[in-house]
Amino acid sequence: MDISTNEEGRASVMKLNGRVDSATAPDLESALKKLVEGDKTRIVLDLADVEYMSSAGLRAMVSTLKAVKRVNGDLRLASPSPRVEEVLRLAGLTSIFSIYPNQKDAVGSF
Amino acid sequence: MPERRLIVSGRYDRVKEVCDFVVRAAEEAGFDESEAFQCQLAVDEACANIIEHAYGGEDQGDIAVACEVSDGELRITLRDSGLPFDPQSVPDPPPITSLDDARIGGLGLAFMRKVMNSMSYSSDGDGNTLVLIKRKSTHET
Repeated sequence: MDISTNEEGRASVMKLNGRVDSATAPDLESALKKLVEGDKTRIVLDLADVEYMSSAGLRAMVSTLKAVKRVNGDLRLASPSPRVEEVLRLAGLTSIFSIYPNQKDAVGSF
Repeated sequence: MPERRLIVSGRYDRVKEVCDFVVRAAEEAGFDESEAFQCQLAVDEACANIIEHAYGGEDQGDIAVACEVSDGELRITLRDSGLPFDPQSVPDPPPITSLDDARIGGLGLAFMRKVMNSMSYSSDGDGNTLVLIKRKSTHET
């Protein structure tokens, strides 16, 4: 999994590429934690190029969402693939995250 | 189709090999992409649980996988030599109605139950055996 982060408008955009599973989720969690610790609490997670996600990836996302919500921030999701959407739905998390069809809309929502 | 077998060491970075192995078996058996994905998800979560709970960490033992197809049914058997860990003893997490009650622990097991048609566990002196079964959707009743 590759992670790239940049600032877009009022948000930090983290773009993931590849597979988010038990082997790679710790890298995601630590990258998200680094953002939050740097007071970047308006985060867009661009999932367009995530081919696969397991519960380990969801765990990293939920723990970050809880952390940023505590300081009035948010973690919003952009363009999840059908398979990632299926995993979010299986977990019952589609109502917990704000999900946008593309990165631009997610950034513009802040 | 003859039974296929794979053995990997119990490490998180080896689980993808198990996933690829299972997806190949599912696709060659005629399962569609969505069903193959669901098999991958279940096996991924099962392997993560074996490493975390049965072995208590990485590099403590192997995971042996066997795939067998018969009559529109994929039977995936996972064996490990770790401590007894019965996934069926873990209840599903409660439905998530707010962020406060979003608990991710136990979610992997809930995935396994939701996407597979059956899951059975046994344990003996040599370790644990988990059998996951997925039937092609056209064979579901």
